[in-house]
Amino acid sequence: MSGRSKEPIFWSLFAGGGMLSAMTTPVLMFLTGLAVPLGWFAADTLSYDRMMALVHFGPYGLIGKGALFVVIFLPMWHAAHRAGMSLIDLGVRGVKPLIMTVSYGAAAAGTVIAVRALLAV
Amino acid sequence: MSRKPYIRKISTTSWWLKRPAYTRYMIREFSSFFVGGYAAVLMIGVRRLAQGREAYDAFLVSLQSPLALTFHAVGLLFALYHTVTFFGASDKALPMQIGAEKVPGKLIVAGHYAAMVALSAFILVLALWR
Repeated sequence: MSGRSKEPIFWSLFAGGGMLSAMTTPVLMFLTGLAVPLGWFAADTLSYDRMMALVHFGPYGLIGKGALFVVIFLPMWHAAHRAGMSLIDLGVRGVKPLIMTVSYGAAAAGTVIAVRALLAV
Repeated sequence: MSRKPYIRKISTTSWWLKRPAYTRYMIREFSSFFVGGYAAVLMIGVRRLAQGREAYDAFLVSLQSPLALTFHAVGLLFALYHTVTFFGASDKALPMQIGAEKVPGKLIVAGHYAAMVALSAFILVLALWR
């Protein structure tokens, strides 16, 4: 490649993650972070057995694993881009490449962890 | 040419407190820490799931801790703020035209909310299905 910016790749992850998290993060945070822990929904809603059924749903479990992966992966990259940029907005001057490298690096590490876990279940 | 041009000092760390619009912008951007944080929680959950029943059950118990509950309660508010601001910009991000008529911005925004409500209902039904 002749030195083209890599930014469009990260931007489309940002946009997709923004849309997906706008649509699903509230209901998921409500479900897994409040409703089940506080007992508003049945305690076994997120049980080990039910979650194992989810990650094995579809051929080779692809539907269940795919859904979980997408819901982790896209918002993570969206947040990495945005969080890095907001740190730069807060005046951490002159180190934009470093901050963005750390942000995207964290998202990359998170992606690896998620993929390995989903392949292991 | 002036000998010493005046360069106004703007705080790099508190500029966003100077105007409500700037503050709302920073709150919006800050929501990403909670959205990303929750993605990390899901990632950890899947990892615990892969580590076996005991590890996963311990993870579920940890979701009941005061810290976890606070994070999710506060995070939910920030996540909703992200939703509202993201959809609010959607009519500029996705301008639509049918024939010669431009689709009204409000319709585009409303369409996003309709999709979000439908998807959320679908997820809740899936979760509660017996």
